[in-house]
Amino acid sequence: MKKSVILGAMTFAGLAAGAASAGTLDDVKARGKLNCGVTTGLVGFAAPNANGEWEGFDVAVCRAVAAAVLGDSNAVEFVPTTGKTRFTALASGEIDLLARNTTWTFSRDVDLKFEFVGVNYYDGQGFMVPKELGVSSAKELDGATVCIQTGTTTELNLADFFRSNNISYEPVPIETNAEAQQQYLAGACDVYTTDASGLAATRATFDDPSSHVILPEIISKEPLGPLVRHGDNEWGDVARWTLNALIAAEELGVTSANLSEMSAGTENPEINRLLGTEGTLGEMLGLSADWAKNAIASQGNYGEIFAKNIGEDTPVGLARGLNAQWTEGGLLYAPPLR
Amino acid sequence: MSTLTDPPNEGFRLSMLINDTRYRSLTFQVIAAIVLALCIWYLGNNLIQNLRAAGLNISYTFLGDPAGYDINQRLVEYDSQSSHAKAALVGLLNTLLVAVLACITATVFGVVAGVLRLSNNWLVSKLMAVYVEIFRNIPVLIWIIIIFTIMTAVLPGPREFRGDNATASMVFDSFAFTNRGIYVPMPWFENGIFASTSMNWLLVLAGFAGSWLAAHQINVWANTKQESTGVRPKTTALILAAWLVPFLALMLIMGLTWEYPELKGFNFSGGIKVGGPLIALWFALSIYTGAFIAENVRAGIQAVSKGQTEAASALGLRPRRVMNLVVLPQALRVIIPPLISNFLNITKNSSLAIAVGYADITATLGGITLNQTGRAIECVLLLMLFYLTASLTISMVMNVYNASVKLKER
Amino acid sequence: MSDTHAHSIAFVRDTEIPPSPPPAGETGAVKWLRENLFSNAVNSALTIASLLVIYILLSKTLPWLLNGVWTTSSLAECREVLQGKTGACFSVLTERWNQLLYGFKYPSDQYWRPNLALVLLLFAIAPVLFFDLPRKLLAFTAVYPFLAFWLIWGGTILAPIVALVGFAAGAFVFQTYGKSSFAVGFFGAIAAAFAVWIIGGILIPEGASDNAMLQAVPSRDLGGFMLNLMLGVTCVSLSLPLGIALALGRQSDMPLIKWMCVVFIEFVRGVPLITLLFVASVMLAYFFPPESTVDLFLRVVIMITMFSAAYIAEVIRGGLAALPKGQYEAADSLGLDYPQAMRLIILPQALKISIPGIVNVAVGLFKDTTLVSVISMFDLVGMIRGPILASTEWNGVYWELLGFAALLFFVVCYGISQYSQWLERRLATDHR
Repeated sequence: MKKSVILGAMTFAGLAAGAASAGTLDDVKARGKLNCGVTTGLVGFAAPNANGEWEGFDVAVCRAVAAAVLGDSNAVEFVPTTGKTRFTALASGEIDLLARNTTWTFSRDVDLKFEFVGVNYYDGQGFMVPKELGVSSAKELDGATVCIQTGTTTELNLADFFRSNNISYEPVPIETNAEAQQQYLAGACDVYTTDASGLAATRATFDDPSSHVILPEIISKEPLGPLVRHGDNEWGDVARWTLNALIAAEELGVTSANLSEMSAGTENPEINRLLGTEGTLGEMLGLSADWAKNAIASQGNYGEIFAKNIGEDTPVGLARGLNAQWTEGGLLYAPPLR
Repeated sequence: MSTLTDPPNEGFRLSMLINDTRYRSLTFQVIAAIVLALCIWYLGNNLIQNLRAAGLNISYTFLGDPAGYDINQRLVEYDSQSSHAKAALVGLLNTLLVAVLACITATVFGVVAGVLRLSNNWLVSKLMAVYVEIFRNIPVLIWIIIIFTIMTAVLPGPREFRGDNATASMVFDSFAFTNRGIYVPMPWFENGIFASTSMNWLLVLAGFAGSWLAAHQINVWANTKQESTGVRPKTTALILAAWLVPFLALMLIMGLTWEYPELKGFNFSGGIKVGGPLIALWFALSIYTGAFIAENVRAGIQAVSKGQTEAASALGLRPRRVMNLVVLPQALRVIIPPLISNFLNITKNSSLAIAVGYADITATLGGITLNQTGRAIECVLLLMLFYLTASLTISMVMNVYNASVKLKER
Repeated sequence: MSDTHAHSIAFVRDTEIPPSPPPAGETGAVKWLRENLFSNAVNSALTIASLLVIYILLSKTLPWLLNGVWTTSSLAECREVLQGKTGACFSVLTERWNQLLYGFKYPSDQYWRPNLALVLLLFAIAPVLFFDLPRKLLAFTAVYPFLAFWLIWGGTILAPIVALVGFAAGAFVFQTYGKSSFAVGFFGAIAAAFAVWIIGGILIPEGASDNAMLQAVPSRDLGGFMLNLMLGVTCVSLSLPLGIALALGRQSDMPLIKWMCVVFIEFVRGVPLITLLFVASVMLAYFFPPESTVDLFLRVVIMITMFSAAYIAEVIRGGLAALPKGQYEAADSLGLDYPQAMRLIILPQALKISIPGIVNVAVGLFKDTTLVSVISMFDLVGMIRGPILASTEWNGVYWELLGFAALLFFVVCYGISQYSQWLERRLATDHR
């Protein structure tokens, strides 16, 4: 008996999930569920709806990975994490994948021993001010009170921006988006700052969104991406290439609508390799041949996921911008699948 | 004699370890020590294995790195280039500040409510009962959030002070109540004796100390006079002079002026700002703990038996002196021990500051620093160490005081 | 004499005057008012001030309460219905009722399970709270935790049964051997319980939870007010035995054990609950074996139990200290050993004295369960601050939600404290 006594007692009580640590991929397969860390609630990215189902842009990444590995996009256990708890949750194995708009930084990658598997959203920190203040540039914010939603690299960028422009400000760090927004709307802060996507998502829920402007300055680079533990390269590859498959699918014109038609076989060898009708990509990853097909079938390709959760037709209303395909002037560039 | 105390000389048997009182406690302690050591070894071993698996290590060097974030309320010099340790210190001082302020006001609220609850006035006593019950039975986190929300919603933003038809205005042109905080005029010295402001204020403090000493001396002199002659000289004017003259003189010499807050740019500037999160947290903690203290005060006063009051009246003491000399000193003995634990609770509950964005130590060291560096174990350990030290210090100080007012029994 | 008198004086009344009503100022409402509200100038001022306070409070809240809207599906619709008038938007409560009570993940067709568990809780707890009920009901109380566990978490019924059998085996061993030697019985009981659990744990088939009678619900899916209640009940009941043990340990004359208990109690009482919850959420995971992960719920229960055990230990220590020394000496002179003396003489009296204090700790602990919202658990406050306020429909509805949370907690806590006061009167055996 490998497990210790106390653990055995807890396991049979159903509260502890023991698992042999051969590798995360095998763990997930054995468990039949993917444990995926998400935010506690940010509209458009990850939030439970009125029926209690998680939905959003980050959630879609989790579902796609679950579909690729397990063939079932609902085989996901969503673990809400805060800015504080997310890294421990990942490092201690409570979650297999963290898809919680986390910025890819050097120290997180190197010092905290995580592996970012790619970027699913290129973001940048921005400012939102009420229109009536008449501010048109962030450099006019000398002396302003700034509400910050804590939890990502926001505080540091803000301090750097104001210091390099030699202007003063007063930070009000707030834990949850709902409370920060309440402060901002009541005029307790002049400015609200967080990632530009978060600002748009927040503004979308306002009574009168048009009376608030998002300033043109984007003061930081915030490549947000899913991450896994360092050192488990097989699992890292699965997550990385699932994300790449979603991006490549958009580039190659594979959508959830024409997926079944295309998976019968096409003229384009790259599509065939992606969908598993040619080559052995799935086998190399340790997955079934139709892994990418499953991932795309669950939520659609990258473009569809974007449009459904945060695109211009949704309340969040984000333009593709940097997140367009490289062929359309954006930064999304999936390495070749071969 | 030795036959009585010496154990009967029979061989040592294993069952004596449990059945013989001489060995039993030793046996249990050895077992406890082994269990404790095993637990520590087990947990420590797991920790080491887990950290190794994650490729992490425990190191406190991050404390020396620049923190990189700003803090809005700082009692010591701090900017974003200061170290994480400095940020933790700023948070620590903020925790202590709100804890001390809340302890004082909670005591005031508690005493007033506790005394009023015993009032003859039916309406007032019922109102106080409602206050106590409502505040005691709802979690403090909910109160903090509610009070912060009320403050944000009810008080005007600085924007509303602007323009010709402003909807809000300053009180006496010198106090501004906004939802970002309260701005009050700040005294400063035009020609201070020292170059630095804090030295000047220290001087004023020294002046007060001198005044207190002088007033004390006057009282001592009056007491000796009264004991020798039976007539107490009038000291009111003298004491008043002892307090006022040095103070006024200092203020005149150094040229006291007031700096009034005024609306400049986005915010009020000048004057002293008491931040909104501080006020919300301070008020919420005081009014919540005040309800508990009110109950203690009531119980304390009721614990003094009626015979004491009657006996004091029979001696001819007037009601005020009955209260001051007989009832309160006895009630205090009952009130103080729970008061200590209430003060401790305030200090510990101040850690809920993160709900309102107040930069206490939980928000700096246990919040942003932890978040930025990812050093969870180190930060949480330091945090617990601080609270433990603070709690033990408070309870030690208060226990010393408690021992000094305790009933001396023989 | 009376005759002459009758003649010399024009009229003598020979019947009693019927009692006249007291003056208007000395009767009924007026008298009450004068005595209780306007007895002197200060009192009158206080009365007027209080009336003013009440008026202000009511004038702000009453229109808001009475104008409440109950039937819309979003805040925007509420605003439309109200058309600028003051009024609450209680629709958020009606629409998110289930989420507030059960969290957003508990399967909605299974709500009867926690409901039933709550109803059974009342039955299970009744014989503990009211001593007049027949003692036999305590048997149900003993079974209840396992039943409730099965009801709420679902899955295979074998797990709680094995757990129950383990406890039963322990109790049996203790009953059999504990009479001759406490230590043998005690350690034997622990060994027996663990033996049953381990064997049972091996015997339970791997997939037993998959098609069990009740669908298994992972504890991450628990939420809302149900989570607060569960944390409160679980932690208080677990911390009682631990607290008693700690209190006895602190009073022990074995220096090592005493020292361990003192360090534990003072440490836990010295730090805020929130740092302990941080430990549960960011640190504790590192202290469990590498190949396992322990549920956040269980980690939180461990930390809160430790927290309340330390406070309960202090309350019980007070009770132990309040017992006259004669009781200890009497127990010794009867020839009882330590466990017997404690079980039969000391603890029954000490616990009786401590009950009001324990209830206070329990109320405080129940209120403190809201702090789990800070570590991303969706209890009542967590639901409000997280998913509900973040949703597009209900963004900006603060008062209604916070007021509702406050009301729920008030009802429960006020109920418990009223019980505590009743108990105090009931237990007051000294005739003063």
